[in-house]
Amino acid sequence: MTQRIQDLKKKATLIRKLIIEMLAEAKSGHPGGSLSSTEIITCLFFHEMKHDPKEPKMPDRDRFHLSKGHCCPAVYAALSICGYFPQEELMNLRKLGSFLQGHPDKRTPGIEVASGSLGQGLSVALGMALAGRLDKRSSRVYCLMGDGEIQEGNIWEAAMAAAHFKLDNLCAIIDYNCFQIDGRTEEIMNLEPLVNKWEAFGWHVHQCDGHNIHELLEAFAEAKTVKFKPTIIIAHTVKGKGVSFMEHVVDFHGRAPNEKEKEIALRELEDISKEEDLL
Amino acid sequence: MEQLYARDIYGKTLVELGKDDPRIVVLDADLSGSTRTAIFAKEFPERFFNFGVAEQNMLATAAGLASSRKIVFASTFAMFASARALDQVRNSICYNNLNVKIVATHGGVTVGEDGASHQAIEDINIMRAIPNMRVIVPADALEAKDAVLAAYKNQGPFYIRLGRSKVDTLTQRKGFTLGKGYILEEGKDLAIISCGILVGEALKAFKELKKKNISAAVYNMPTIKPIDRELLIEIAQKYKRILVCEEHQVTGGLFSAVAEVLVRNCPVLVDCVGIDDRFGQSGSPRELLDYYGLSADSIAQKAEKLLRQ
Repeated sequence: MTQRIQDLKKKATLIRKLIIEMLAEAKSGHPGGSLSSTEIITCLFFHEMKHDPKEPKMPDRDRFHLSKGHCCPAVYAALSICGYFPQEELMNLRKLGSFLQGHPDKRTPGIEVASGSLGQGLSVALGMALAGRLDKRSSRVYCLMGDGEIQEGNIWEAAMAAAHFKLDNLCAIIDYNCFQIDGRTEEIMNLEPLVNKWEAFGWHVHQCDGHNIHELLEAFAEAKTVKFKPTIIIAHTVKGKGVSFMEHVVDFHGRAPNEKEKEIALRELEDISKEEDLL
Repeated sequence: MEQLYARDIYGKTLVELGKDDPRIVVLDADLSGSTRTAIFAKEFPERFFNFGVAEQNMLATAAGLASSRKIVFASTFAMFASARALDQVRNSICYNNLNVKIVATHGGVTVGEDGASHQAIEDINIMRAIPNMRVIVPADALEAKDAVLAAYKNQGPFYIRLGRSKVDTLTQRKGFTLGKGYILEEGKDLAIISCGILVGEALKAFKELKKKNISAAVYNMPTIKPIDRELLIEIAQKYKRILVCEEHQVTGGLFSAVAEVLVRNCPVLVDCVGIDDRFGQSGSPRELLDYYGLSADSIAQKAEKLLRQ
């Protein structure tokens, strides 16, 4: 398991490098939340989820839906490493005619349903989970949400319904990095007490460090044992994680690094890679 | 003349489809008695989901179900399907081109006594504007059935608008083909093109006009999108004067769809019977049709005026 965790850490660092490179090339996009959700996405695509890039429509595959669509660079990087499309494609992010749109689009290999307008993803995932249960499939559905995103009313409609329908094949994750575009969530629109809210809506709640691979894998494993209710993993994260000058900096919610910032960020990430290689 | 509720036929049609196709699932948002999806729910409880008063969740969930190869029929009142859940319809259903059939009931002012908040008179405009969406406004209950079957057979999103009240079954009706209009009454002075319950009013106006020696052709145009371009050009070439009638705001509905085709291909005089930038109000369906100038009398008057132009 230790080796597995080391491998996943390296994957996460590689994803971070790709995020920086593709956003710098695109000259726009959302680094903050992409970097904060990197370990969550890494654990799902390289450990937890049953999926096959050679057979993307495999009926019993697990489904992933990125409700916080603006953090698609992290997912695009993961999909390219998995082999859904060549890694060079990442440099076409946000360019005219590219299948790597600014927000997820169904034409991207590995993307199930488009997203981008916040607050709808948990409902979409709920639909996938209902369909999986109707078809008596073993598939699980994972839905990654932003923290600011759950200010949308639609999220709470879906939260109520998922518990009502007892969808234990549904696992939502909140990337709780405490920032939204205009500032700190507690200042813009307070989300707390978050655990109580989800418990009151009938969900199984699990909190963990969203950058700790071991804790994330435990959280996903536990979610599978919960019966008759959906699980939400509240993953405590750092916005801009892994790049010193982006961490906790709200400006990098939706601003791409320039050439100079890209070089510094890649150097920092390279140092992390070297440390990981030594372990 | 037989009078039927289009929504009764809708509920029964869902059951017929559900028997043969296990992929069909039906969703509602606490209005299953009114929309008649309750008929399906009774027959196939495991494939019916009631979302409570939460239309946004219902329609985004519909997208999720359809992405997993379900054929989804989702119903609520036209007001809530087209306005409350518009972002979900646009971004989750239509952008993904998913197999979700929105069958909205209680469209138009003839919802009646519930008043303006429940009278969807912008829905055709809204739905027509979204890429991938197709829009059908059936004229009677049998056409509603045909529309539901067409939506079932054709992949992708549909919006079907049904009314609340019983409607006369058209004796002149012909077979429904998606994207096609057809003639109900022959005429030579002008053409009246209509959809939904105003087709019945147009047919009454036809008789009134006949008494005044005015010969109006009456066309039924149930599919608003894709609109029957060829037929419209043919009508314009033949008549030169066209009156479009719909239970909808004059902006963005059938009148606009007709005008968009004709202004580019065969400009002729076109006028409309519709609601002119106003909200509805409480009243009986018949009173409201009269008050908002949508009844046979108003159609006949507008037709005469158009002929004088």
